[in-house]
Amino acid sequence: MKLKALALATGAAALAVSVAGTALAKVEGDTIILGSSISLTGKYATNGLHTQRGYDYAVKVINEAGGVKVGGKSYKLAVKYYDDESTPARGAQLAERLIQQDGVEYMLGPYSSGMTKAIAPVSEKFGVPMVEAEGASRSLFTQGYKYLFAVLSTSEQYLSTAIDLAAAERKKNFKSPSEVRVAMAFEGDPFSMDVRAGVVDKINEYGMKIIIDDQLPADLSDMSTTLTKVKALRPDILVISGHSKGAATAARQIDEMKVNVPMIALTHCEAAKVQEKFPNASTGFLCPTQWVETLSKSDAMFGSAAEWNEGFKADNPSYTSVPYQSAQASAAVYVFKEAFEAANSFDKDALRDAIAAVEMETFYGDIKFSEAGNNIAKPMFMRQIGADGSYSLVETFADMSYPRNVTY
Amino acid sequence: MLDNLQLLFVWAPILNVQVILEGIFVGAVFALSAYGLALVWGVMNIKNLAQGDFVIMGGYMALALSQANVPLPLILLIVVATMFVYGWVIYIGMIRRIIDQDMFVSLLATFGLSLLMQQVMNLIFGPEVKIIDLHMVNWDFFGNMVTVPSSKVLSLFLAAAIAFSVVLFMKKSRTGQAIRATAQDPRAARVLGINTDRIYAITFAFNSALCGAAGVLVAIIWVIQPFYGVTYSVRSFAIVTAAGLGNLPGVIGAAFGIGLVEKYTGMIIGTAYEVAAPVSMLVLVLIWRQYSMRRNRQVLR
Repeated sequence: MKLKALALATGAAALAVSVAGTALAKVEGDTIILGSSISLTGKYATNGLHTQRGYDYAVKVINEAGGVKVGGKSYKLAVKYYDDESTPARGAQLAERLIQQDGVEYMLGPYSSGMTKAIAPVSEKFGVPMVEAEGASRSLFTQGYKYLFAVLSTSEQYLSTAIDLAAAERKKNFKSPSEVRVAMAFEGDPFSMDVRAGVVDKINEYGMKIIIDDQLPADLSDMSTTLTKVKALRPDILVISGHSKGAATAARQIDEMKVNVPMIALTHCEAAKVQEKFPNASTGFLCPTQWVETLSKSDAMFGSAAEWNEGFKADNPSYTSVPYQSAQASAAVYVFKEAFEAANSFDKDALRDAIAAVEMETFYGDIKFSEAGNNIAKPMFMRQIGADGSYSLVETFADMSYPRNVTY
Repeated sequence: MLDNLQLLFVWAPILNVQVILEGIFVGAVFALSAYGLALVWGVMNIKNLAQGDFVIMGGYMALALSQANVPLPLILLIVVATMFVYGWVIYIGMIRRIIDQDMFVSLLATFGLSLLMQQVMNLIFGPEVKIIDLHMVNWDFFGNMVTVPSSKVLSLFLAAAIAFSVVLFMKKSRTGQAIRATAQDPRAARVLGINTDRIYAITFAFNSALCGAAGVLVAIIWVIQPFYGVTYSVRSFAIVTAAGLGNLPGVIGAAFGIGLVEKYTGMIIGTAYEVAAPVSMLVLVLIWRQYSMRRNRQVLR
């Protein structure tokens, strides 16, 4: 009899512990678990790694500064990663696994708009707030998601500033911006297509002419045919977007084929390290950036942009120039910290509301989310690569060196 | 599209030179890996889906060696030798067991090998695209309308030299004769005292070495990335199917043909369709062959 009672009691206790265990899986002991399905292999792996290091660095700094204070107690942050292999279907599976099996209730975003598009419906379905830092596609924010927040500027702003600069050049010479002839090459993925949409909008606004409009294949190693056309047709501005490999291939073949266009703008220059690998050819390239380390923004946790930059480089010595992908990843983790403390609770809906109400200045820039979840307080910056491989901020046409005339 | 046609043939016909040169450079590299595939397919009836990954592996080996400042000729020799040994090991470990099995087994097994190689290379080298920059001069002609990187010319010569030595090897050496004999009829070859198992090993290792050499050239003139192998696999299959097995001049001709078609398609229709070109050509070749062989088919009624 006694044995039976003891067995029953032990069973009940075990059950209680296990139930309690799963209920608190998102917070284990004094650690808050954030979940992230991220591209550690596959075509997005380069930037997936930049992102992961950004998350890890922020987690480290926040934990060392005393962690996150909820309900009077200090909690550390930790991130549980799964490799989504740069495949959207896999990413969605892993997100569901994080939420359902691992009990994660707070998500950090994956790399690239394509992956975020696959994972957002999953986190939305389970009401899990996700702060993402690497999905800039504007179509993410037209779906009515309530639990998706992005700290970065959306994609259609990436290269439209370059078109503005080309128009400014014409105006300066008392000519009409509609004289400008534009050559474009974009990869077929969602992000690049959004960048292209933004560029085309601007082109139509000014009435410019598109003379080359090529779509680059996914396994891009050769864009010589596009560049041959560029050399023949002599456009006034060349615009390229194909993620890191597009930038690397473009820089290399521009060098090989001795292409000279007065203005060349492309995305992902820093991530592809073109200023290092092709110092001569990359002179004059205009590169959009979400963030510059010379930005005059700062916060209490990471200091100024320059201080975040130094700290990150100290932790990751292989970087000479830190890509903005890492900076915005750190900013996303910081948003979570602020939201946890503002909500003073672990409840995901309370947290979601706290995130929506966040209004903060960070080393990365100002963060304030619109109704749709994107960051409306931070603009996109343009930088130009100089002959010495350094990036200088271009805010108006007067800041840039024009035309680009490189001797090969 | 019409604009591009006009550009090529009316306004700036000199561009044809550029496109043709690009096609030839592309074709030369594809020819190497296609011939290896033709050998393996013809001799052992193995359809090697990992062909492109062997190429990329050769490229990464060359990259590692060039970072250690090894001179180019030595890099080529070391890569060819190492890939030969690697091919032999793969043959003994895996291919030997699937020789007599049907088509799907060889496709599946080599597909698995391809996945394994891609992921291992990704783990070791990371997913960024890499190049070997020999800092060689880029020539330009016709007022900068046609640019020719000397590295591509070098790669063309190397590819030609390698193809030439392969032809000599297959025609004159005893092993080459043994390989051709085994391809024609393995049983008869065995009866005549040829160790077919050893010949299969040599053939597969040879294929691996050829791909390695192609990989060195790819690393010099383009970019390598762990997951780009599939491009080369697809082109090799297209070339071999168009040219037929074991037919080296045919393979070279088809490779150049596909290279040219690719570049012209890219120029006229758009870079995105470059990948579609070899595959579409393959379909056309197969249809044409189906039609032209009508008379040779007999039906048992």
